[in-house]
Amino acid sequence: MDALAYVRKAPEPEEAPPLLSSGALAWARTNLFSSIGSTLVTLGCVALIAYLLPQLAAWATTRAIWSASDGAACRQHQDGACWAFVVAKWDYLRFGSYPVNERWRVDVTEAIGAALIIWLLWINAPRRVWGAFVFFVVYPILALILLRGSSWLGLPSVDTQRWGGIFVSLLTAVVGIVFSLPLGVLLALGRRSPLPAVRLASVVFIEFVRGVPFITILFMANNLLPLFVPETWAPDRLLRPLAGIIIFSAAYMAEEVRGGLQSLGRGQYEAAMALGLKYAPMTGLIILPQALTLVLPGIVNNFIGLFMDTTLISIVGATDFLEAMNNAIKDPVWAGPTIMVTGYVFAGIFYFIFCFGMARYSAHIERVRAKGRM
Amino acid sequence: MDPAPAKRSSWLNDQRVRGLAYQILLLALIAALVWGGIYNAVVNMRARGIPMGFGFWNDVAGFDINLHLINYSNLSTYGRAFWVGLLNTLLIGVICIPLATLLGFVIGVARLSPNWLLSRFALVYTSIMRNTPLLLLLLFWYNAVLKSLPGPRQSISIDDVVFLNNRGVYLPMPIARHSAVWFLGAVLTAIVVAIGFRVWARRRQDRTGAQMPTALVAAALIVGLPALVIAAAGAPFGFDIARLSGFNLKGGVQIIPEMAALVFGLVTFTAAFIAEIVRAGVLAVPFGQSEAAGALGLHHALSMRLVVIPQAMRLITPPLTSQYLNIVKNSSLAVFIGYPDLVQIFAGTVLNQTQATVQVMAITMAVYLVISLAVAAALNAFNARYAMKGQ
Amino acid sequence: MSSALADDDRGGDAAIRFIGVHKWYGSFHVLRNISLTVARGERIVVCGPSGSGKSTLIRCVNRLEEHQRGSIVVDGVELTDDIKRIDEVRREVGMVFQNFNLFPHLTILENCTLAPIWVRKMPRRDADELATELLARVRIVDQAHKYPGQLSGGQQQRAAIARALCMTPKIMLFDEPTSSLDPEMVKEVLDTMTALAREGMTMIVVTHEMGFARQVADRVVFMDGGEIVEMNAPLPFFQYPQHKRTKLFLSQILHMHH
Repeated sequence: MDALAYVRKAPEPEEAPPLLSSGALAWARTNLFSSIGSTLVTLGCVALIAYLLPQLAAWATTRAIWSASDGAACRQHQDGACWAFVVAKWDYLRFGSYPVNERWRVDVTEAIGAALIIWLLWINAPRRVWGAFVFFVVYPILALILLRGSSWLGLPSVDTQRWGGIFVSLLTAVVGIVFSLPLGVLLALGRRSPLPAVRLASVVFIEFVRGVPFITILFMANNLLPLFVPETWAPDRLLRPLAGIIIFSAAYMAEEVRGGLQSLGRGQYEAAMALGLKYAPMTGLIILPQALTLVLPGIVNNFIGLFMDTTLISIVGATDFLEAMNNAIKDPVWAGPTIMVTGYVFAGIFYFIFCFGMARYSAHIERVRAKGRM
Repeated sequence: MDPAPAKRSSWLNDQRVRGLAYQILLLALIAALVWGGIYNAVVNMRARGIPMGFGFWNDVAGFDINLHLINYSNLSTYGRAFWVGLLNTLLIGVICIPLATLLGFVIGVARLSPNWLLSRFALVYTSIMRNTPLLLLLLFWYNAVLKSLPGPRQSISIDDVVFLNNRGVYLPMPIARHSAVWFLGAVLTAIVVAIGFRVWARRRQDRTGAQMPTALVAAALIVGLPALVIAAAGAPFGFDIARLSGFNLKGGVQIIPEMAALVFGLVTFTAAFIAEIVRAGVLAVPFGQSEAAGALGLHHALSMRLVVIPQAMRLITPPLTSQYLNIVKNSSLAVFIGYPDLVQIFAGTVLNQTQATVQVMAITMAVYLVISLAVAAALNAFNARYAMKGQ
Repeated sequence: MSSALADDDRGGDAAIRFIGVHKWYGSFHVLRNISLTVARGERIVVCGPSGSGKSTLIRCVNRLEEHQRGSIVVDGVELTDDIKRIDEVRREVGMVFQNFNLFPHLTILENCTLAPIWVRKMPRRDADELATELLARVRIVDQAHKYPGQLSGGQQQRAAIARALCMTPKIMLFDEPTSSLDPEMVKEVLDTMTALAREGMTMIVVTHEMGFARQVADRVVFMDGGEIVEMNAPLPFFQYPQHKRTKLFLSQILHMHH
């Protein structure tokens, strides 16, 4: 091949790569054994897994107590999880002290809510704008009537103090999102407003709420709200932490939406203005739909964070899932060292599955959008 | 001939007038809400006999606090209790921030490791921590771990130096001896000499191009000089180790279980977020940068040190600071496990006893706001100075 | 990979020798039996459709990519897994990238002096002098204290060329150096490369700029599907292409060119 000129006569055959450079062996060589240090690390990790994994698996399955009517069996066999405890307390963990006969109302509310959320988050669903209207306007009223009760419809009233468990956690998170998203959008628009007073008010609100711990917002809502409204309004004990959640979430939502508005670029605004659209239709029809779609993953992430933050409402007397679990653990019938650990592990698994699942969905949306299909 | 003047439309359509009108409306609305709120508040507070001034600050508190960095007893004032709480909050911040940073960077580097197993381990850790509520972690550490430890008489001991029981974690307390002064002097001298050496070596490199192993020399100095002192003058610190005395352990440094749980929980939780920030920062440096460095002949370590890490640190710093702020804000979860931080003492006990709700909440929130705004201002100054120009 | 060559097969007067080089990405056979010798002072232009392996080829020269079979000898040193040899080669081979890859946290001058100071262990003053001289050669010495983000694309690429030259390499590799530039800045970079070629630098340039190839190249190499299809001096290559794939490629590319 030292000649100056060359013309190929016959094509080179395609060959398979040499054994060590592709396939499972090659992968193992680069990823697990690429150097002495790496090999040591691999061996260490394998040893750790070999030691821990069987222990954990056994604790959770083969050595666990799956059914019992009280804590005796679990006290006897302390080397395994006490799933029987979770099974026994499941209804309480789901509904709190909601009257047994009325629990169907909670199920119905949850089912409708789930259906609506799937409708809204499914990218190719038809008529999502209708879905948004139903979810943000109709559903809250419907849910309130169903859950709280209304004598007109023959539904016995259930005091909010009896609500508890998973249902309250979900309720708080969903209510938080339903009301904080519109509020957050307003704040984001306000922060970008050319009118200085509007901008100032938005900035002050957002930075104030984001600068203080969530617990102080809850305390503020719980203790100050009754003071700042007339005596006769007597805000409900569950309503107060809900208000706190809405305020808190709205500030973070506002920052997400603001990010979306900023990344939209001037071109969209200019095209809309050139067409003669005024502020309201331009924002509602052109800007917001695109900005919200852009930050949908961020909004889902906010929802995940909100769901985890609902655990804090127990400090002001509301019974969320974690508080229900705490109460269940204190039952003397089920006293025992493994009960507490089992309860917390179960709670952890519950939150993990829910949050991780939503996080995967959010990553999925990102990937779809990156491919340019949204 | 002048063109016909444009028809004057109603001044209501003037954009500026409209803008002004909207703002006045908004301000009026806010003013009405504020006035209404204050009016109701005053009425309600009078009706319930709630104090409206700050007189409570100097009243006797009447409750004990089990961790106080300054003198405090149940005869101290509410004002003093405030300072105790604030110091306890800051203490958590000072302890957790370096620990979480260290753990976070280690896990972040593990996430970036070319070893697949190590990277997955780190991924499992961050996935679990980021999808578990912090409160659950705290409750787990506090109730399931620390409170389940045996009593002082059956304390678990590590090397008979560290003791764990349900009253807390007992670490040895260093007590200075004679040679302590020499020891500290040696450490300081080592640091000064190391810095001086580095400066001199840099100047020499600028002049002649020759490089010196400044890191090794610094390490040798900081380890060697104090070691010499220990060899010559004996150990600089004695350790007061906790001993069983009656029903309790005496001596040593006692870390109450509330604090131990809060620190473990906050550090392990925040480290997961810091790890992801580190990983994202390093990955955000374009791969072409390390290729270009390699193409110039820089070997891997130099390429990391001179090209990749400086860029990654600029990307990591803002979200890292945000996590530090989160540590301070999340320390307020102390109220769930009884650690005496600012919220637990002031917005909890003091508020309950004095009923001075508005004042207490205002002060508490103001403290956190000041911290948040101060950090934000510092971060802005940092960005202005170090952000890469032209980006 | 240990060396499979006898001593007298290496070196000689060649700057670069590819001998039976194969490379796979996973199971995709991206370089097929490449054999090519580049003499000292020779200017080679490599062209071909995307995916032909031309970028991969030159990236193998400074071990930014690894080959799995065959051998590559650069300036008498064979490229294996041996880190010392790789560093040796990288010191003598300079590379200019399609998206410049200037270090954004350093000034242009610091970009240029980084490697001389830390790899060749030059004193700072000498490095600054060398860098200033080279920046003047590429005509951006007045930008020396600015940061890359403050320069135009053409200026950045010229700075990247100066940065590579500061290591006084024996061989320069160019990976589509003008593909990311706005049209009006392509000429200034090509002029810089032409001046470099006139000074006798050994160059391999992957590019679509056929005017540059005609003017500067000693040889044009056409690659397609991982193999070298045809190569010749520029005049016969462009006027009388022999292989039908070459003719097809040239017809596609030349109709849109000056």
